[in-house]
Parts: sequence; structure tokens; C-alpha cells
Amino acid sequence: MAFFEMTDQSAVVRPCYAEVQRWIDEVGIERLNARLKEAETIFRRIGITFAVYGEGGDPERLIPFDLLPRVFSGAEWRTLDRGIRQRAQALNAFIYDVYHRGEIIRAGIVPGELVYRNRAFLPEMIGFDPPGGVYSHIVGIDIIRTGEGGFQVLEDNCRTPSGVSYMLENREIMQRMFPELFGSTRVAPVDSYPNDLLATLKEVAPPGARSDPTVVVLTPGPFNSAYYEHSFLADLMGVELVEPMDLYVDEDKVWMKTTHGPKRVDVIYRRIDDDFIDPLTFRPDSMLGVPGLFGAYRAGGVTLCSAPGAGIADDKAIYLFVPEMIRFYLSETPILENVPTWRCALPDECAHVLENLDQLVAKEVHGSGGYGMLIGPKATRAEVAAYADRIRADPADFIAQPTLDLSTAPVLGQKEIVGRHVDFRPYCLVGKRMRLVPGGLTRVALTEGSLVVNSSQGGGVKDTWVLDD
Amino acid sequence: MLSRTAENIFWMARYIERAESTARLIQMGQRMTILPGPIHREEWRSVLRVTGCDGLIDGDRAVAEADIVQLLLLDETNPSSIRSCMLRARANGRAVRTALTQDMWEALNDDWRRLEQYDVASARRNLAELIDWVKTRASTFRGAVETGQLRNEGHDFLRIGGALERAEMTLRLLDVKYYVLLPETAVVGGGRDHYQWTSVLHALAAARAYHHVYGGGDYSPWRIADLLVLNQQFPRSLSFCFGQIGWHLDRLAQAHGRRGAAHDTASMMLAELRDREGGEIFEEGLHEFVQNALVVTNRLSREIAQTYHFN
Repeated sequence: MAFFEMTDQSAVVRPCYAEVQRWIDEVGIERLNARLKEAETIFRRIGITFAVYGEGGDPERLIPFDLLPRVFSGAEWRTLDRGIRQRAQALNAFIYDVYHRGEIIRAGIVPGELVYRNRAFLPEMIGFDPPGGVYSHIVGIDIIRTGEGGFQVLEDNCRTPSGVSYMLENREIMQRMFPELFGSTRVAPVDSYPNDLLATLKEVAPPGARSDPTVVVLTPGPFNSAYYEHSFLADLMGVELVEPMDLYVDEDKVWMKTTHGPKRVDVIYRRIDDDFIDPLTFRPDSMLGVPGLFGAYRAGGVTLCSAPGAGIADDKAIYLFVPEMIRFYLSETPILENVPTWRCALPDECAHVLENLDQLVAKEVHGSGGYGMLIGPKATRAEVAAYADRIRADPADFIAQPTLDLSTAPVLGQKEIVGRHVDFRPYCLVGKRMRLVPGGLTRVALTEGSLVVNSSQGGGVKDTWVLDD
Repeated sequence: MLSRTAENIFWMARYIERAESTARLIQMGQRMTILPGPIHREEWRSVLRVTGCDGLIDGDRAVAEADIVQLLLLDETNPSSIRSCMLRARANGRAVRTALTQDMWEALNDDWRRLEQYDVASARRNLAELIDWVKTRASTFRGAVETGQLRNEGHDFLRIGGALERAEMTLRLLDVKYYVLLPETAVVGGGRDHYQWTSVLHALAAARAYHHVYGGGDYSPWRIADLLVLNQQFPRSLSFCFGQIGWHLDRLAQAHGRRGAAHDTASMMLAELRDREGGEIFEEGLHEFVQNALVVTNRLSREIAQTYHFN
């Protein structure tokens, strides 16, 4: 039986959920359901959507929102906070290392071929020192819970993790609709995130930049699924939201085309994949990107956040070694453990996986977004057999994990409060110093029993509270 | 500000104005067709001409309300339709979300797929409501601008786009309707002329303004022309619109420390409007004047694009 975060074993409401329970009792399920409709209208009008063009139906969809907050106590958060910062620091140290001397490989801890033959490894980055030594400026760490004290990391996101706009908007909408709920509860605020992000980005401006560097957010454009978030962040930071066509490179400096003529750009928070930043370096066939951008970056004319090649640290094959990285670079004990993981690349472990596949969750090493995975206990015998064939054909492409007893959080049902599986993504900012707002995005699998929380597959979101106790 | 942003704002403002003007034209057409006498039935044809869609329906054929509703309200493939204008205004706004206030964006975004839900029959049944809805969207947007938008250059481009579109719509209406305003028809306002004149005023939301400015009484064509061309208080007059364009272009010139061809064109037009008397325009020919002003307006739009590096 999964851990239900709202109550303890004797079905008594845990202290951190006391206020939420009182509120549910006071307002009533029926009235809450009516308010939920209101919330959806507001989301739609504001335009908090993700874009799905070319599939038919509504091209700009809402992510389902659940009204009941997910709550962490102050003590729980303090552990998470230390664990998240520790992990973000180790991941950045790892990226620096693999593009320099590769000490962790020389020490025999991480196998060299997992790094150097990895598609996410960019040889163009070898020997380059990004400002401040930071590669991943926004680290999103996906955390699950399996019990009262059991937090585990499911996945790291070192490139451009998305979803932070939901963290901010979910809180905003809860405060707008239920001010009374925040009157009596001390919920730690998250609204400093845009300021923290801007401060972080300014801190990593190139050494030659002026004292108040110009920061921009680079988006692929309105048809990108996360376009709303790109515009939202640019707006809250008060910086320009640019598309590749707005930028050009001249003598290793980056300029944006403005009504005043060209304006110098110092820091680019890019929400575009490595492959598409610069057709001269990465994808000659691509019409996207800014020709010469990578050259300007290497010459110190501009900072790209995250650094190209930062994805080497969030690869699923590398994930296994993060606890080792923490010991190796920081000489500390990992505060947040990994989910136990078998690598099919190793014959012994592969045999174990194939033997127990109907009990395991198997994933593609390079996959993301919940696609291309097998949830053994929920799959048919034929599906398991087909997946096993895929693993045998290319074992190095797969990993497997036990089916986790993911915790459940209270969700508003039609007639009652129900438990649904959740995960949690905090956003750790890394500049000259680290910043972490107390909160993050809670994703929830709204279908009963489902473990998949991805918005592309029917997941929803809810406000996440860290109590200031 | 990014040149692309300025360009998007400029066109967003134009499309919003165009959607509203087209809605008013449809309203005018409807008004005319319910008047007595067969002569007004051809009114839909002139609505098509004003919107530049004359070529879409064979000249031999009578234009019906159903044609207008399809072509000018619902048709997504006709770039001049209200639906196209509203979709493009929203798309322009969405591409520059950061340059809009939350309220401005909500005005563009609220119920943005509404027109998809109608076919010609159901749209005709609900025509008054739909026309009102279009006008309300435009008003809500302008209201959000009024009290929420920073008076920065984005605001200047927005105002210039809006004023330019309004000027153009007034000119296009005059271009199509000039013959009802010619001096020789001024003698006695027969039934037809009266209706024609008031229809022009209604299409530009100018009926009440006319009475206030000219102290009530009879309609006369040169007064109508005077109101729509030279009056400096009426917000859809050429004079007023160019005054606004000039003022915002000057603000941009000040902020940027440079002027361009657009500034010269706007000043020239303004000087001409200031020095003219209503009678002069009639003597030299209203139609020639209007056609020349249309050419200048189009040129100005191109010059603004050049001066501010639109692509």
C-alpha cells in the first residue's frame, strides 16, 4: 500500500495537512468542485497552456489542475533543500570534469565509454571554461517519495527543465481564489523565483561584459509546447523574449535587432536544444538557430545557459553514478538516494532485468517525457515479450527500476478526496552561489492507479506548500 | 525594443481595428437592407468594395447577407474576414506576450475560438450578438491599453498602427461612397441621400458626433466630409488619426534621436490637412483627394517599417 501523504498509518491527518483538511471540511467537496471549474476558466483566459499543434483538436491545451495543495513540513523541506543543493553542485562538478581532465573516469568510478561515446557529450566543449565554471544553471531534480522519510531521486534535468511557470501560477491562482486559506497558514513564498533566476543569469555574464549585463530568453517560438513558460519568465524578469531570427553574431559578439538598431546581448537563457542553437556548429541542415553563436560563446562574447553539452549529466546511464559523484567531488554522503537501477549494459544485470521484466519499470536510456517505457506489472504478456526483444537487441540502450510504491497525495474527486500518485520537481539555480525557492512543481497522475505524471500523458499539477514551521 | 516585437504590435493594433471596422460595416449594410426601396439592396456590394473583397463575388450577381456573413465574418481563408483579423491579432499578440499586459492578452485570448463554432445559418441568426462581441473585444482591448500599458515605444507602435488603420478605413469608405457626398447632390436631401449619408456616419460611429459638432439640423455632404476628413476632435477623422500618428512618431524620434522618411510623410500630410478648408477639398475633387490620401497612408506604413527595421 502506497504512502498516503495526508494521513499517518492510523488514518490520522498528519500535522502538515491539518489546515488543508480543515479547509476541505469547511468548504465541502461539492463547492470545491464548482471552484475548480472557475480555476480552469481563469487558466484558459490567462493562456496558461501548452501548445500541441498539428494533432488536431484544441491546439493550446490546459494542464489539468488539482485544487488540493501538496504539503511538506518545514523539517521535510530542510532535508530536501540540502539534498537538492548537494546534487546540483555535484552534477556541475561532473560536467566540468568530463570536459577537462576526466578525473572521475581516471579514478575508475564512471566508465569512460558511457561519457565519451554518449550522444549528449559534445567534443566541442572540451577544455572550455564557462563563466563561473557553471554548466547547468537551472537544475530540475525529479523526486519521489516512498514513505514517511523516504525521498529518492528519479531523474535529473540539467538542460532546460520546464514547468516552473506552473509552480508560480498554481500558487498565484490559489492565492487569488482562496485568500482565506493563506491567512492562517504560514506557507513559504515562491514568488522570488524570477528575481533569483535573473540574478543567477547576470552572475554568469562573460568576464568582459558591462556591469549590468543584458539578459534575454531565447525561444523556438509560439509553436513550441512550452512557449507560454518562455514568455512568462521573460516577462517576470523584464527581459526580451527573442527568437533565433532576432539575433545575429558579428565578430564573436551577439546582437539583437531592435528598433534602435543592434543591441549587444551578454547572457542567453536558451530554451532551445543544443542541436538547434547554431547551424554552423551542430546541425548544418537546420534552418533554426543563430549562425556563429557557438563560436561567440567559445570566444567569451556571450554566455549560454545552460551550457551546450550540459546534458551529459542528466543522461539516464550517468544517473546511476550521481551518488558516487557526490562522494567523489564533495566528499559528502548523499542526502538523497537514487532509485535502485539495473543497467542492461552489464550482462548480469541485464539477465536479472529480462528475468523479472514483468515486475520492473524499464526505460530507454535516452528517452524522456514518459515515452518509450514499459511498466511491467501493468503490461500484457505480449508487451513484455516485445519489450524484452528490444532490450536483447540493444541492451546498452535500456535501464530498469523496481516498480516503486510512489506516494499518493490527496486529490479532489467528484464525491470524495482520493489518493493519486505524485512526484516533485524543485528548481535549483546555480550561479556564483546557489538559490532554491522553497517549493517546486508537484505533478500528479490523475487516473486512478496510474504512475505516469507527465503532462503529455494525462498528468496534472497542483500547488506545493512548504510550511514555514 | 526588438524590431520584430514592434512590427507585431503595430500589426496587432491594425488587425483589431480592422475587425471592428468590418463589424461596423456589416452593421451598416444590414441597416441599409431593411430600409424601404430596392435601391439599398446593392448596399452589400459597397461593403465588399470598402473591405477590398469586391473581386470575390462576380460583379453580375447580387450580393446577399449570407455572402457577407460567410466572406467577411467566418471565412478563415479570406485574410480580410473578421475571423482572420482576430486570429492574426491574437497570433501577433502571442508572439510578443512579454510586450502586452496581462489584461491586454486576456482581451485577445478570451474565447478566441468562438467564431469556429458557427456556420452561415447560425451566424446569421446570432448576427447582432456576434457583431457586438467583436466590438466588445476591441473595446476591452483598448480599455486594457488605456489604464495598463506602459507608455513606452510599444505603446507608440500600437497607437500608430491603430490610428493608421482607422484613417485607412475612413478613406476607403469615402473612396467607395464619395459620389453620395458630391456637391451637386447637396441641394435637397431626398430620401435616398439622407439614408446614404446617415449610413456613412453610422459605419464610422459618427452619427451622434455629427449632431454635436454641427448643432443638429440637416445633413449636408460637405459637413459630413468635413467631419470625416478635417475635424480635429472626431477620433476617426483623417485629421485626428494623422495627428495621433504624428504625435507618436515624434515621441519615437525623441526617444531614438533620429527621424526617418515616415516622419516627413506624416508632417506633410498633417500640414496639408491643417491648411485645407472643407470647400477647397470639394472644389479640387473629393475623390482625387481621397485617392491621394490612400496612397500616402500606404506609403507611410512602408516607411515606418523601414525606419524601425521591420523585416
